[in-house]
Amino acid sequence: MQPKPLALKILDIAAVIVLGISAYLALVFAPTELVMGDVQRVFYFHIGTAWTALLGFILAAVFSVIYLIIKDLKWDRLQVAAIEVSLVFFLITIVLGSIWARPAWNTWWTWDPRLTTAAITELIYIAYFMLRQGIDDPDRRARFGAVYALMGGISAPITFFAIRLFRTIHPVVISGSNPEAEGSFSMTADMRVAFFFALFAFTLIFIDLFWNRIRLGSLQDKVEQLKLKVSM
Amino acid sequence: MFFQEPTPDTSGYMIAGYAIAFIVMGLYVFSLYLRSRNLRQDVTVLEEMENSAAKVEARSQRQPKKSPARSAGRKSAKTVTKRLQKK
Repeated sequence: MQPKPLALKILDIAAVIVLGISAYLALVFAPTELVMGDVQRVFYFHIGTAWTALLGFILAAVFSVIYLIIKDLKWDRLQVAAIEVSLVFFLITIVLGSIWARPAWNTWWTWDPRLTTAAITELIYIAYFMLRQGIDDPDRRARFGAVYALMGGISAPITFFAIRLFRTIHPVVISGSNPEAEGSFSMTADMRVAFFFALFAFTLIFIDLFWNRIRLGSLQDKVEQLKLKVSM
Repeated sequence: MFFQEPTPDTSGYMIAGYAIAFIVMGLYVFSLYLRSRNLRQDVTVLEEMENSAAKVEARSQRQPKKSPARSAGRKSAKTVTKRLQKK
């Protein structure tokens, strides 16, 4: 295994720093929303993680297409890394949304189009790892995984546009408004600073975790190859 | 202004949300570290096994062992030639 590159070490440190700054901006710098109170502050991390997770799922679909064309296992490693990190981020999104919904909607969960599509997306990608676990042959596993991730990738834009296409109570904060939404608010200038910094911070954290996960994937491949060599 | 409802205290939810977000991220980073450490250990063990197997193979190539079947065959061949010489 090659030692950790300097750029990745720097990125690790930068990710921790921006996460700290983003938490400071969300918890201290941004003003308290008058109607919902402090719980509105989860919005910054909720959107930050959702943005990177959906981006990761779409990236994974792109890697799947490239794998199916080129048939190079490197693209399979990238796809797995993108999906794994996105799955973790999307879990945070759903949990934060549920925590916000309790005081805002008076319920932890409702089968609203946005919440339903988000839950389906999360389940699709949990099933992706279950599918991969069941296939031993690396080429077959990569091929099945690529087709599945490509189909699963459709769920990401559906989840994003769910609040714009269907009747829903989920607020639309960016580019548009939903008159039927409950718990919507307009951002002040300071809120915008915290919001855009959270987007930047989670993008950086995603890149860092993604890179680390790719390295782990190559290590896994090396172990598999060595096991084959030793057993022969 | 007098009829405006006071801002509700929802800080408990906020704290729970941020705590869960940090715990989930921390657990994921820890799992990455653990998996990477275990795989590195696997690599060192497997490389040692591979090296030792290569050494054994190299030794066996330098000193070819007499297989029992082959030596038995040679003995029988010698006895046959001796018998033929006697005749």
